[in-house]
Order: sequence, then C-alpha cells, then structure tokens
Amino acid sequence: MIALLTRDLRLATRAGGGFGLSLAFFLILVTLVPFGVGPEASRLTLIAPGILWVGALLASLLSLDRIFALDFEDGTLDQLATAPVPLEAVATMKALAHWLTTGLPLALIAPVLGILLHLPSAAMPWLTVSLLVGTPALSVIGAFGAGLTVGLKRGGLLLSLLVLPLYVPTLIFGAEVVRRGAEGTATATPLAFLAAITLASLAGLPYATAAAIRVNLR
Amino acid sequence: MDLTVTDLALARGGMAVLSGVSFRLQACQALILRGPNGAGKTTLLRAIAGLQPTLAGQISPGADQIAYAAHADAVKGALTVAENLCFWASVYGTPGIERALEEMHLQGLRDRPAQNLSAGQKRRLGLARLLLSGRPIWILDEPTVSLDAESTVLFGRILRDHLARGGVALMATHIDLGLPDIAVLDLAPFRATAQGIALATAPAGFDEAFL
Repeated sequence: MIALLTRDLRLATRAGGGFGLSLAFFLILVTLVPFGVGPEASRLTLIAPGILWVGALLASLLSLDRIFALDFEDGTLDQLATAPVPLEAVATMKALAHWLTTGLPLALIAPVLGILLHLPSAAMPWLTVSLLVGTPALSVIGAFGAGLTVGLKRGGLLLSLLVLPLYVPTLIFGAEVVRRGAEGTATATPLAFLAAITLASLAGLPYATAAAIRVNLR
Repeated sequence: MDLTVTDLALARGGMAVLSGVSFRLQACQALILRGPNGAGKTTLLRAIAGLQPTLAGQISPGADQIAYAAHADAVKGALTVAENLCFWASVYGTPGIERALEEMHLQGLRDRPAQNLSAGQKRRLGLARLLLSGRPIWILDEPTVSLDAESTVLFGRILRDHLARGGVALMATHIDLGLPDIAVLDLAPFRATAQGIALATAPAGFDEAFL
C-alpha cells in the first residue's frame, strides 16, 4: 500500500503530473480577488476567510478527476482490482496521495496568501488548522466522486456536480473557524464539527468508493 | 492448479453474449479461445479474471489465483521500466524484479522512462507483470499484439516454462506460440440463446439501475 502511495506521489511530482496546478489556481484566485472587490482593508478582512476556503475547495476540486481516470485509461485500475490488495485500501491511498499533493500544500501556503487579503494575524493559525483538519474530507469525498464517474468520458462536469453539494458542510464549518479566529471568539465548536465531517468521511467513504469502482469496471 | 468453468453465461452492455460455456483445464495445459470479433472472448476472459459479473455458472478457483494481462499494458509513462516493475512487485509481494527483467529481455531498458518505449517494448513490460504476480493461472488477451517475431518466440518460451511448472494459461490469440499441449475452444457454438437473453434481461439487482 505504501508502494501505491509513493508511486502516486512520484507520478504527481514528475512532468505532467499536475502537482502545481491546484497551488497555482489558489494563488491566482487569491491575488485576483483584491482587484475584483477593491483594495479596502476593511472589506477584504471581512471576506478573507470565505475567499480562502472557497479557493482551497475549488483548487482541490480541480485535480479530482485525475485520481482514478488516468489509472482507468491505461488499464492499471483493472490490474489493481485483480491484485492482492483490497480496493478499499486503494481508494484510501489514492485519496491520501491527493491530499498530500493538494490539501497539505494549500494549508501551508494559505497564511502567506491570507496577508494579501488582510486576514488578521490572529486568524492565521486557525486558517492553517482548519485547512489541515478540513481538506482531508475534500480529498476523500472527491475520491468517492471520482470513483463514481471513473468510466465516463469527460466525467469532470458530472463529478463537480456530484461533489460540490457534499463539500458544502466542510466549507461552512471551515470558514466559520477562520472567521471566529479573526474575531477572537471561541472556535472549538465549528472545529469539532469540521473534524467530525473529516473522520466520518474517512471511516465510511472508502468503502463506497471501492464499491463504485467495482461497478464501473464492469 | 486446475481451472474449471461450469455452464457460464455472460452479458456485455446488457446483452447476453455467451451461455453454457464449460471447460476444464488441468495443470500444464493451455487453452486458446477462438471466435470472430464480438464473439465474447474478452468478456469471458474478464469474467474469469473476476472483473465482470456472471449471469450464471461457476468459475473455480477464485480470482486470487489468476493473473490477467489485458489489452492495455497498465504501464505508467512517467516512471522508468524498473519503477513500473518495482511497484507491481511490491503489490504482489514478490522479492525482486531481476528475473522478470531478464526473462522479458528488459535489462537494457531498466532506467528508460516507459513513455519512450516502443509499443512492443511496452507490451513486454506489461507481460513481465505476469512473472511478478507468481500466480498459477494466466489469462491472456491477445498477448502478442505489437510484439515482433523474436519477442513472440521469447514469450512462447516463457509460456512453455510457465506450463512446465504446473501453470495454466487461457488466452485469446491468433498466433501460433509453439505450445506442446494445447486445446482450442471455438466460442461460436456458445453464442447466447433465447434463454440466455431472458437471463440477461431479468432484474440483476441494484447495480443494474446505474447501467
């Protein structure tokens, strides 16, 4: 299983792997927002938590269809399905590799980009913490969507439509953590909900992903 | 290791293609599937490999004894030949890749990115996975496509060695691989009958709702 993870990370970081895509998208979005809404600090401070979280969510969405589609096209998924590894573990490792190449770098770079949006410095640690806690759910839910649409040509649109509603709870609680962090009020409740969503998706969705892949391989 | 298929009925895309397929392969035997395009060769091979549900019938043993080489080579272009093989070796828990490299004549290419290989070299890399799997039953779907004459002879020799070690091979191919004990199964008589079609159109459970 570690072999699958290292292979996916290696593929993501080599030429054409799409490792930088999500980060570049996030960077572009966050730098463009001040041009769009105006540079007033008060206004930017107000919308910064939401923008940063929406940006992270869309950046993670961008690379979802690669999770299984490439392996499906070249026959690797067939081979993995007949190999002596459970498909549930394959789904988990694929989601983990996706998180390590999108969610984790996003969480680490987000405070730097928060400065561009005049995010109060009190909120910076909460931004990183909320992204670290919340983005694994985005990858696991996304892997489920990717598993559902794996056999479809140009399944990207359907994938986005399927996955976006499932992303909403994570977005709400994640942005709420950062907003409360900026105001200096208690963040425990939304953070607990965020962690609960992540843990619940981690516990349940790999099974659903594996089942979806089995149906789609037929 | 025997491969036994009893009264198998199969559908593809909701249409019954085969019914009543039965055969038994004993250790050291190879069976070649023949039939026109669309006869259901690939469908049968995928079903035996455990990638496709059956409408009726039994296959034994289970998919964990079976190594499947499909049309697609399942080779990652961004990785080198050795990295591709090392990945599958650790998936199958095989200690080393040297034997597979040697038998498929891939040593000279080991550090070459797989995207720079020719179609035939990629094919050899895909077939090397069979050796890494260590499984006794090989299911081969047109294994010699894009192999040159020399590589075809090489693969025929590997296949003979596999059979001599007590392995079993079931393949769809039109090329003579020079195997000693070989049987041919023509799929034309097993084309699905009206009964098979009735089976196919019967509700097959929750999964069918998505197809």
